[in-house]
This record gives sequence, C-alpha cells and structure tokens, in this order.
Amino acid sequence: MRHIISILMENEAGALSRVSGLFSARGYNIESLTVAPTNDPTLSRMTLVTRGNEAIIEQIVKQLNKLIDVVKLMELVEYPYIEREMMLIKLRADGEVREEVKRLSDIFRGRIIDVTSEIYTIELTGTGEKLDAFMDAVGEGRILEVVRSGAMGIARGERVLKV
Amino acid sequence: MELTGAEIFVRCLKEEGVDILFGYPGGAVLHIYDALYRQEDVSHVLVRHEQAAVHAAEGLAKSTGRVGAALVTSGPGATNAITGIADAYMDSVPLVVFTGQVHTNLIGNDAFQETDSVGITRPIVKHNFLVKDVADLAETIKKAFYIASSGRPGPVVVDLPKDVTAAKANFKYPKSIRLRSYKPTIKGHPGQVKRALEMILKAEKPIIYAGGGVVLGGAAEELTTFARELGYPITNTLMGLGGYPASDSQSLGMLGMHGTYEANMAMHHADVVIAIGARFDDRVTGNVEKFCPNAKIVHMDVDPASISKTVKVDVPIVGQVKEILADLIAALRDSGKQPKEAALKSWWKQIEEWRSMDCLKYDRDSELIKPQYVIERLHALTKGDAYVTSDVGQHQMWAAQYYKFDKPNRWINSGGLGTMGVGLPFAMGVQMAHPEATVACVTGEGSIQMCIQELATCLQYGLPLKIVLLNNRYLGMVRQWQEFFYQGRYAMSYMDALPDFVKLAEAYGHVGMRIERPQDVDGALKEALAMNDRLVFMDFITDDTENVYPMIPAGAGQNEMILV
Repeated sequence: MRHIISILMENEAGALSRVSGLFSARGYNIESLTVAPTNDPTLSRMTLVTRGNEAIIEQIVKQLNKLIDVVKLMELVEYPYIEREMMLIKLRADGEVREEVKRLSDIFRGRIIDVTSEIYTIELTGTGEKLDAFMDAVGEGRILEVVRSGAMGIARGERVLKV
Repeated sequence: MELTGAEIFVRCLKEEGVDILFGYPGGAVLHIYDALYRQEDVSHVLVRHEQAAVHAAEGLAKSTGRVGAALVTSGPGATNAITGIADAYMDSVPLVVFTGQVHTNLIGNDAFQETDSVGITRPIVKHNFLVKDVADLAETIKKAFYIASSGRPGPVVVDLPKDVTAAKANFKYPKSIRLRSYKPTIKGHPGQVKRALEMILKAEKPIIYAGGGVVLGGAAEELTTFARELGYPITNTLMGLGGYPASDSQSLGMLGMHGTYEANMAMHHADVVIAIGARFDDRVTGNVEKFCPNAKIVHMDVDPASISKTVKVDVPIVGQVKEILADLIAALRDSGKQPKEAALKSWWKQIEEWRSMDCLKYDRDSELIKPQYVIERLHALTKGDAYVTSDVGQHQMWAAQYYKFDKPNRWINSGGLGTMGVGLPFAMGVQMAHPEATVACVTGEGSIQMCIQELATCLQYGLPLKIVLLNNRYLGMVRQWQEFFYQGRYAMSYMDALPDFVKLAEAYGHVGMRIERPQDVDGALKEALAMNDRLVFMDFITDDTENVYPMIPAGAGQNEMILV
C-alpha cells in the first residue's frame, strides 16, 4: 500500500542522508521524497512516499523515529489529508496543435510560464494522478522535458505537525 | 578561561568520567595528543591497530556498563576503526569514538588522510557529529556521551577537524543536555504492565527469554527476583548470559542455534514467552515461520523498533527493562496472585525430561583434548568468577555453553556482528577496567591472528591476560558447516602454516605454553592462573573433528535440533 510520511527534522547537514541511507540500508522503497526548511529555520519538513505492507510501514516509522535528527513524524494516510505535486513540463506546441495544447493546459488548470514560437513550458499542480493524466492527454510524442517535485502533503483541518 | 579545542576535549573526557582512552596517534590528532601529554586525568592506552582501540573500549564498556572511549586519526585511522564501531552498533555498546579530521578548509579536497568519517560511519552509529566550530565542541561531546549511554546504547562518532582542536574557546561543560528529537522511554506504560502480568499469570507453559538488554540495562537483579517469584524456566541469549545465574535450577541455559535442547524445546512448546531485552535475532528464532508456534509473546524492550520487527508481539512494553521488571514485581506482589501451580509442575516435569537428554555431553574418555573440557576446567579453576572474552566461532559457542556465567558483565563477546579478532582487545579493555580480576580470552587459531599484534600492547601495559587458544587447525565453524552442508568439502578452512604460538608469545615478551594431552590441561591452567603478573598464552591442541552441538540448521525450527 502507498503511504505518505511527513517528517519534521533538524535542519542540519547530513540529516537528509540519514533518512535516505536508512531506506537503502534496510531495503525500503522510496517513491518520492521532498524536503525544504520550514517557517522555523532550524527545522526541515520532508514528505516521503513509500510502499509496503503494514509491518514494513510500522518498521519504517519506528526506524525513522529512532534517527536522532527526526523530531516528529506523521503518517498522513491515517488522517484526511491534501496531497500536491508540482510539475514543470516542456512541450512541443507548434502549428495546428498549439491551440490544443493551450486548451489542455487550461482544462488541467496549468499555467504557461514560458513561450517560444514552437514550445510551451507549463506549470501544473495537483496529485500525482492528475499530472500523469495531463501527460497522457498531451501524448508522449510532444513531451520534451518533465520535472516533478514529488508529493507534498498536509493534514486537513486542525491537525498540524509541529514541534 | 579560554582553552584550545584539544584541551577542551581532554576536560570533557574528565567531566564524563573517562579515565582510560584507547587510541593511536596521527597527523590530524596531534594537538589532542599534545594536550593528553600535558595532563594526568585521562590515561591513554596505545594499541597497535585502531580496530583494537575500539574493541578495547567495547571491552571496558561491556564489563563495566560505562561508556567506552577511543581516539583515532583521520583517514586510515578512521577506516580501521570501522569494524569496531559496527561491532558496537550491533551489540548496543555505549561508546564514543573520536576521529581526527583534516582542516575544515581542506574538507572535500581529497586532502592527505582525508576520509568522510561521518558519511562512512553513518549506517553503523547511533549518531555522529562533525564539529566545525570549537565553540560547539563541549556541548557536542556532552551530547555524544548522553546519546551513547541512554535509551538503547550504541556508538557515537565525533569527527574533529585539526583546526578545531587548535582554535580557542571558553570552556564551560553543560551540566545536562536536552534534545528535542531524542527522548528515550524509561518507564513502561502502566496499562501494558498490567496486561503483561495478566498474560504472564495465565501461562501454563511459560518461559522467560532474556537477552543482552538485561545485562546492558543493569537489570540482572530484577530479572532474578522476577524469575524466582514466578518459578518459571528461563533461558538466556548469547548476549544475555550472566543476566540470570546459569548454575540456578531454573536456568535452561542458552537458546538458539547452539542453545540447549531443553531451552529450545521449551521455547517451541511454550504458551507464553516473556521476552526481556532480547531482539528475536535470527540465530535465536531459526525459521520465524516455525518459531514458538503456540505462544503469546510479551516483549519488554527500550527500543520500540525491536518490537514486532521479526516476530509479532502480543503485549509490547517499551521502556528500560530494569524499570519495567521492578514495576512487574511490584504489581505481582500487590495482586496477591500466584502462577498456575499444577500446570507449572507438569511443565517443569516435561522440561526435566528434555534436560535429562544431557545435550551438552561429550566424549570424556578421548585421548585428544576436547575443547569443551578445557572450558569446563577453566570454569572450575576460576570458580566461575573470571571475566571471559571470546572471539567468534566454535570456541565462542563452547565458552558460552560450558562456562556457566552466574554474574552479568562477565561474558564479553561479539554477538551481532560476529567479529573475529575481538577477543584479545576486548580482554585488554576488561583488564584495564578490572586490574585485579582474572581475565581469560577464549580464542581460536583463526581469530587470534586477526588482532595478534595487540600482544605488544599487553606487554606495554602489563596486562596479565590468560589466553586460552583452542587450536584445532581449522576455521572450526566453517569446517563444521562444510561437514554438515557441503558434503565434507573443506574449502579453505584448514589453517596451514600456523605460527609456533609458544615462540610467538615469547617473542612478544609473554609466557607461552603448548598443551597436547587431556591430563595436562588442569596443570597448565593452574600454572597460568597462578602467574598473576604475566600474560600466559596457552595453546591447547584440541580434537580437530569436534563439532558444536546441539545445532539448529539454518531454516529449521527450534524443535529440529541436531544432537550429538
């Protein structure tokens, strides 16, 4: 099953490699991982997407908690939550399809952020599935380059992950 | 007052009560060595290889419960220390290892004797630090000792760039330390203690399975009280030996791959397993699918990650086992309840039947020296009161099986990592910490050669160790597996071209003995033990066909033992 784990960790050199090293050393899978400092500059927030059965996820959570740099964590799938991922995608948009690409971008609430006579670069935000769907819609042949941020997540409502 | 980083380092060690530091100098740590030279609070032991510095610090830590400390230089000094650090990590030994580092402005430049010590040790430490500013040094060392010794203990590496040890800062040692991200659980949850007690008292075929956590957590006394009040059978893991007196009738001895028949059979047939500071290691469980098929499991451990890692647990209690056991004993007394007497009686009857198999019997009439006999005599002649270190292999298992440890912290071996070569440096650390005690190192001719250079350290510091070499000319455990599972194809397990260990011991300035007949074993041991100011190296030429029994083959269940 897919799990999203939000982690607050000390914003220190090497903290990220402790997490990624843990996953590789113990053979856990990382589907995506994003990390950046929070409003408190001493803390970084990481969103980690992984897959595994209940026992594996339990071990992952325990092992993460064991890392001295991990301050707090939360398994998002236990609560109502919001998930977003950003994609920057460069597409060939020339001739008669130029309008069609623009329309598709609008349907997916994308923003064209760079334009040449033959290329659109589009910024798109949503769940991973939505980004996949957009790529399917424009077709593999038009895609020149894709950058995806990996998933970020936050719990809905009052629930917060903070120190 | 302003002190240099090197002086701060020494002061911090003193504050932490470190009076013995094992190490080896080199370029990056010269400021520190200069500071060590100019003081008398911390004595430095010069080993002959950095690996031994870490193992010796482990020996000190394991035999005292204090934090061991080692100091090595950058680059090869740090990489040589890796095996020791990994060993300490696997066996949860409280240790702080200081590694020298190149100047901060050279880090990342592939400087002479540079290696990324923090990176290279990351997977094998509880935590590590690179100190970039002398102003952070004292607090970092305080944190290192706190992390190493609290919760589930483990090694912490502190990497010290040379310029940091030269720079000056005001020295103020923090009295206490608080880490927002690290708060080990001490007390067990009262609700869980209550649930555990209910399950424990309902048992009809109970067994206590006690591990190294009891020894590390200083909980041997509580465990003994707990087991005696219940009258339940108890088995200790390899790391837990001495946590409960082996000579006591409730003790079934060690369990696991080379555990006793009665311990493994009792585990297999138990209805309640009470795991205390043990981690369900694969050498204990064998095939987890077949492990304790009928048992409910209570598990007490300070490390939540050890709970339900390999075997699903019914009642977990996270906390220090010493605290949890004290709470359980109090709850038991308050409850006024008793274990199920009739059921327990018939359970013991069954266990006594298993015990009567006498699974540790061996040929006592052999004309060759049986390794088991040497250990039995060592036990008898030291009155079971020696500190015994071992290396890894058959001799380790024989020492564990035949030296009946009645006290904790007396059995010092490498359980998790299974590191050949630890025995001699472990023994150095133990003897340093217990100058008056008898310290015996049980070893094999394979293992002893992995850190043989430390015989020089032993001479320099006058360590009167008793080295008991069970010399069967084979890498015995490898040979045993090849005999059982590879149809006797003894690939590279025969030790040809062995040195003359008597001459070797003498060359290092010690006493060497070779013992070739069973009737000479006692005399040699007595003579060696009487020489309390000399290291004696006893080369026992043992039966090269002897195997360790019982044995649970890999992948088998606990009830599928190979007996003699």
